[in-house]
Order: sequence, then C-alpha cells, then structure tokens
Amino acid sequence: MLTVTGLCTEYVGEHGQTIRAAQEVSFEVPQGKLFTLLGPSGCGKTTTLRSIAGLERPRSGEIVVGDAVIFSSVRGVFVPPNRRGLGMVFQSYAIWPHMTVFDNAAFPLQVGKKRLPRQEIRTRVLRVLKVVALDDMADREATQLSGGQQQRLALARALVMEPPLLLLDEPLSNLDAKLRERMRFELKRLQRELGITTVYVTHDQSEALALSHSIAVMNGGRIEQLGSPREVYERPRNQFVADFVGSTNFVRGTVSGADAVPGFYRIASEVGNLKARGVDSLKSGEEVVLSIRPEDIELSERRQDGENTYEATVDQKVFLGEFIDFQVKIGGRSVQSRAHPSLRTPVGERLYVRIDPDKCVALKASGEWAYE
Amino acid sequence: MPTTTLTRAPAAFAPRLAFDPKWLIIGVCVAVTVYLGIVPLGFLLWQSFFTPQTAAKAAQFTLGNYQRAYGSAETWVLFWNSIQFATGTAILAFVLGTLLAWMNERTNTPFKALFFALSLIPLVIPGILFTVAWILLGSPKIGLINLALQRLFGTDAVFFNVYSMGGMIWVDALHYSPMAFLLMTAAFRAMDPALEESAVMSGANVWQVVSKVTLPLVWPAVFATLLILFVRAIESFEVPALLGLPVGIRVFTSAIYQAVHRYPSQVGLASSYAVTLLLLTTVGVYFQSVLSSRGNKYATMTGKGFRPRQIDLGPWRYLAVAVFLLYFLLIVVLPFAVLLWSSFQKFYSVPSMEAIQRMTLEPYRTVLDHPGLARSVWNSLLLALGCATIIMLVTSVICWIVVKTKLPGRWLLDNIASLPMVFPGIVLGLSIMILYLYLPIGVYGTIWILMIAYITRFLPYGLRYNTTSMLQIHRELEESAAMSGASWATTFRRIILPLLKPGLVAGWIYIMIVSIRELSSSILLYSPGNEVLSILIWELWENGQYVELSALGVMFIVALFVLVMIAQWIGTRFGIKEG
Repeated sequence: MLTVTGLCTEYVGEHGQTIRAAQEVSFEVPQGKLFTLLGPSGCGKTTTLRSIAGLERPRSGEIVVGDAVIFSSVRGVFVPPNRRGLGMVFQSYAIWPHMTVFDNAAFPLQVGKKRLPRQEIRTRVLRVLKVVALDDMADREATQLSGGQQQRLALARALVMEPPLLLLDEPLSNLDAKLRERMRFELKRLQRELGITTVYVTHDQSEALALSHSIAVMNGGRIEQLGSPREVYERPRNQFVADFVGSTNFVRGTVSGADAVPGFYRIASEVGNLKARGVDSLKSGEEVVLSIRPEDIELSERRQDGENTYEATVDQKVFLGEFIDFQVKIGGRSVQSRAHPSLRTPVGERLYVRIDPDKCVALKASGEWAYE
Repeated sequence: MPTTTLTRAPAAFAPRLAFDPKWLIIGVCVAVTVYLGIVPLGFLLWQSFFTPQTAAKAAQFTLGNYQRAYGSAETWVLFWNSIQFATGTAILAFVLGTLLAWMNERTNTPFKALFFALSLIPLVIPGILFTVAWILLGSPKIGLINLALQRLFGTDAVFFNVYSMGGMIWVDALHYSPMAFLLMTAAFRAMDPALEESAVMSGANVWQVVSKVTLPLVWPAVFATLLILFVRAIESFEVPALLGLPVGIRVFTSAIYQAVHRYPSQVGLASSYAVTLLLLTTVGVYFQSVLSSRGNKYATMTGKGFRPRQIDLGPWRYLAVAVFLLYFLLIVVLPFAVLLWSSFQKFYSVPSMEAIQRMTLEPYRTVLDHPGLARSVWNSLLLALGCATIIMLVTSVICWIVVKTKLPGRWLLDNIASLPMVFPGIVLGLSIMILYLYLPIGVYGTIWILMIAYITRFLPYGLRYNTTSMLQIHRELEESAAMSGASWATTFRRIILPLLKPGLVAGWIYIMIVSIRELSSSILLYSPGNEVLSILIWELWENGQYVELSALGVMFIVALFVLVMIAQWIGTRFGIKEG
C-alpha cells in the first residue's frame, strides 16, 4: 500500500547548518496495517512522516501510495500536499478555532478539486462525526471541545475524505495519562474496524507496542530495527533498541562457546556464567553485551534449579503498587528486577534468581552505547 | 524538531509548474513593498546631489547642496536646536509618563482604573489642534494662563511664553507623554515582583534592591522609551512649525518645510536637510532595534499571572490624585475647553462677561458652509479607509512570508517593509514629492499621491500588528489545511486571514486614526482640490481664522472620539485584547 524507498530528507537548522533528518529510510506498509515510527525526539520519525505528507521536500528517494508515485527524485515527481489526498492528524490537533465542529470536519470536502453538493457533504460529515462520537456536538464552537474531543475531531477531519492512507503525528501526546490510555484503545479499535492503512509516529514505546502491526525503531535519521512489536521487544537487534523499547539491564560478558541448542551461546558474564540467545552468530572470545529485561529476572526465596540460576542479595527495593522493583546484587553486579508485590524479602537478605535463557539476548558490544 | 513549511523555494524538480495564483499574490505584495520602501529613499538621496531643475537649465550633479547646508552656521544652529528640542521633549515626556505609570501600577492611588482610561484620551487629539490650543493658553499676549496669572497678581509680566524653546518642549512633551505612559506601564507590568522579592529574601535592603535588581531590569525599557520619544520629537512638525517659526527657532522639520515653500523652492537644500534628519532618526531606530533584539536577555515576563506588589502611599495618595487631576487638566480639559470657548465666538476674545453674552454658533455655520469641508472630510475618509485596508492586506502576505516561510532573503523583506519607520513624515512627503515630480505617471497633484504617502508611512505599523498575530498561529493550523486538500490561496483566505483577525482589525483601526490625523507628509503633497481635514485646519490657521478653526477642531475631536469608541466596541466584539 505504502512503499518508501531510500528516503533522505534534509533541512536547514536554526544556525543555517544542514540537518540530515532522515537517511536512507525504507519500509513498506501493507493494506490495512498500522505501522509505527518509534524513536526519541530528533530521530527523524516526524520528518519521515512529513515527507510522506508532502510537508517536507525530500532530497532523494521514492514514495508510492497504492499505485500512485507521490514523490520520486529520479523521475522528478513531487505532488504538493494538497493534491496527495492523505489524511493527517497533527500533534497539536490543529483544530481551527474560528470554525464550528462541523465546519472543521467539512473543510476537506469543501476545498478539494471536485466540489460535492451541500447535502452530500452534510451526510458524509455527520457520518464521520458519528464514527468518532461527536455527532451531537456538530454545531459547537471547536474551542469548546475538551482535549480528547479535539483529538477525535482531528481524526474525523482526517478521515472524512476517506483517504487511502492516514498519518498520525504523536496524536496522543497532548492528552493526560488516563485519557491517553483510553484513546489508545479507541484508536486501535477504529483503525482495525475501518481497516485504514496508517502510519503512526510516537516516542512512547508502550503506545507503539500496544497499537502497531509493525514498528520501525529510528535513531539518528536511520531505522535501527523493523519488526513486529514482540520481535522488537524480545529480540532487539542492538543496544539502542533494547534500551529505548522498554527498560533493560545491560551486562558485559565474553562468549565462551556455542551451546548445544542452535542459536544459543555460553557466556562468561559479570553475574556469572550463563546461557543466552545470540542475535547474530558469535565467535568464542567475542565481547558481548547481554540485555535482560527486569521482568525476566525471576526472584524467589527458595533455591531454584536449572540453567541460569544464581544467588543474590537484596540491595534496595521500591514499592510501586502493582509491582515492586528490586535492586539485587549477583556476584558483585547490581541488576534491576521486577517482582510481584507479594515478595517481601527485606534489604540485605538472600534471594535466588533465575533468568530464562530465551529472554536473555546477547548483543555484539558496540562500545559507543553507554550503559549503566 | 524540523522546521519548514509547505512553500519551499519553487520546485527544483517539478518540471511543469502550473500557474498558481499564489505566486501572483505574493509577487504583487512583495513588489509593492519593495517599491514603497526603497524608491522614495533612493530619489531623496539622488536629488540631494543635484541642482534644481528649471525650464532653462537641466539638473546637474553637485555637492553644492551639502556644501551649502554644512558650510553655513545656520545648519549647525538647526542641528543644535533639533537636538535640544528632541532631547528636552523626550526627557520631560519620559518623566511625566513614568511618574504616572508608576503611580498607576505600583501605588494605591485611588481611582486608578479611571485615570488609565482618561490618560489615553489625548492620543486622539491631533497634534495641530493640541498646539493651537496651547497657543491660545500660553501665548504671551492672548494666552489665558498668562492673563489669569496677571489678573491674580496684578502685574503685566509674561509668566509663560509658548513661543520659545521651553514652550515648544513643554507642548510637545505633553503631547507625547501618553505614549511614554503606555510604554512604561507595559514595562512595569512585565516585571515580575518575585524578582524583587527574592532579592529582599536574600537580605538586600531597599536601596540594594533598587540598584541591583529593579534598575538593571527596567533599564532596557527606559532606554527604549527615551529613544522612541527622541525619534518622535525630532520628527514632529506641528509644534516647531507653529511655535518655533514665528520667533525664528528653526529645527530640521520646519526648515525643510520653509525650503520647499520658498520661491523658488530649494528642493536640493531641503533634501540635504532631510538626509541629515534621516541619519539622526536612523541612528535612533537602529539602537532601538538592537535593544529590542537583546530584549530576550532581559525578558522579565514569566507568563504566569502575578499581581505586582503595591506601595501604600498613605496620605500622600491624595497628592497623587491631585497630580493626576492636574495632568488631566493640562492635557485634555484646558486644551479642549479653550477650543470650545473660542468656537463660540465671532472673533477670538478672552473669556469675560461680555464675551459670554456674545457667544454664537456662527463659526460652526461658517465651517459647515466652507466649500472645502465636505471634500476634505470625504478625502480624509477615503484615504483612511483605503490605506488601512491596503496596508493590512499587503502586510498580512508580507508577514506570512517573513514568519512562516524559509525563503531566502525574507529578513530583507522584513527590513524593507519596516524602512519607512525611519522616515520623518515631512521627509517622506519630500521624497515622494520629488519622486512623482520626475515620474510622469499622473500621480502628482492628485489624491493618489497622498494615498501612496500614507501607505508607505504606515506600512510598518501594519506589519507590526500582523506579526504579533501571525506568530501566534501554529504552523500545523495551515499544514492541516494543506493536508485537507486546500490550495495556498484557499488556506490564506479561509484559515490565515480569519485567524489574523484580531491583529488585522486592531491595526486597521489604528492606521485609520493616524491617517486621519496625518499632517507632516500631507503638507508637502496636497494640492488645491485634494485637501484633507488636517490641511484644512492648517489653512484656517494660516488665514488667521481661529474661531472657525476651533469649531472645526471641536467637531474633529468629537468625531475621532466617537470613532475610537466604535473601534473599542468592535474590538470587544471581535475579542481583541490589544487596543
């Protein structure tokens, strides 16, 4: 449905310097899927989205929606944003304060190339307002809407043209935490029901994991990893992805040899010898960094059997209601673990630790990524 | 985050660029601005290097104008007079304005809200009427103040002579003091009292707070206000012309007027004076802009609402009320009363029992029957409406380019559109006069030359009003229109202009008012048949028709006052915060 190939976009920064915002970005979004660009601020995700929208003019690359080429540096095509017919929801919602709810949603139907009859516009606007549950507020001034309602109106305005592609730029970031969670479900339901192909930009990893069919994690203008939410979370390709998506413990180690199970390696690490899954094939003696999620470090007051089991002492703990964060020392190395609040071992006492080898990912040490 | 807009430079790789009305609109607005901002200045400079053109002899290149101008002691007297006048006016207006602003913002003087509203009234009174009123009050022979004091003390000494440098400074400073009041009020309001309070909490005493915190913080505002007042004073024409010329005190503005109105008129000499005056104002405006661009460093606004700490004046607050009343008396009541009195007399005479019995409506009848009145009113209205509308629309596009695009050279456009700010009214009048004397497009001697002058002169105001509003329009509001399929023109008409409305309406009203009052450019550009109201007043003064002038003045002030009231009403309806 959407194909982005070799997209490079630059812009001139505050001090006249050239900023390479997106470099060699390529991905594909199949019909009806929700694709997320995830990354920290300045990683190029918004620039990529705006390049698809036509609000930025890329330096090179190609963007194809359906079978229409909307940008291609080689073929000299640049369709201006107002001719692309894509729907977009902006971070600020960009609801026009001088119009009513109805006028806001009707605008795309009034200004386009083909003029629709008034009655037709009315029917379609009311239909889309019903979809976002704003149909009984059609005559209100847009400024009277709450944050969540404005967000839904922005969505209605983007959907009213029935665009082939919906672009969402951090649409939930201006809502408070409770509302954000509700809108997340709402958005997911709507996208799945309408089956509209969507590109979603966010810096919030939990939003990305919750909504997406697939995720591209971006950093420094490039895509670091492309995959399903589960792949990105459980099999990070590198330290950046492991660190940015969720929280993790990085533990240094050296490969001591391949395990009997294919894809697994034996590693001598700061917490002791352990068995871990290797992302790439590793050689003996190679330096690695292990990424272990806090929830994958299982704590127990009874001695555990099997692989990757250790003894530890409680260093510190933080009660957070739904769970409890333990800082435990294994062989002199402190790691963070997330446990059920029923575990009440006091600070300084002994605990037993087990780490599932499947959840313990060995990454090639890049050196540049600072951890701890 | 990336900053760019939907209009990058014209498509480098979009071979078939269909004609877009966008480029026509932008092109016309840019061309108009550049033409208005640059051409008159160029002609003025050019003219100052040439001899006067006569039927017999063509103009020749010469440095003679400058030699004559700078070689004569007369110019240095002019220079000294101008500086003296402008500095005196700036300081006196500043002291008055700051005292009032401080009392209004930082003390518990009673009836403050009322005084704030009242002190804005003088902004409505045109300079020429204010000056005439003060002649009737302070002239050594017929001035009411002198007569009253003479009667009180039983002497015939002259207490106050408005025809002097002191008198000129006094009248001009009074006239500009509301402006100082407004600027300093803003400065006092912008200062977060927490900054002073935290100094107190750190153990500083009152003197240390004032010298280490308050003064350094308000210093930029003080300096900027003084500069603005200085530039305004050195540009002012009415006061030096009416009060200075009769007793031979000449400053640059009045000297330019004399040089042009002499026979044969010495345009070259006037131009070299004008260039000097222009240099002075440019320096002033330059420092002002440097100061405001450094403004961020001194930004004392925290964005959160705070209530300034107020000083309890105790019994002194009645003195403060008295000061307010005296000020209001000097600046509104007395000038208006003396015009009102004179407007009911057949011949001007000082108030007395007999004079009261001779009161008549005749001046009003004479003025209303004046053959030029209907035409001047019509011309003034046409010019005010036309130039306000054109300026606000053109500057909205200019301002969009400057604020919203990344087009190279947009800062230059901004500066060109602001350039007329440094033109004193009379210098602009002179440049435009010269330009259209040489440019045979049939503008000279018509009302259109006035329209061009007004548009040029007030362009920077329009730009400023529009910029304030434009900066508040989030980029995404127009991007979302583009994503909805709207073209640039549609977006501008349906999104940008409605969102600019507060600034557009406020600027439109302001430009209306200042164009109706305009005198110093018009004085060199009008010709019989296209007088405007302020010129009519000037002519009545020249003819010595004081009572008719007063009648016209009273009606003019009342009409302007009503106009401002209507504007205020419209303002509140459209939700304008800024007046």
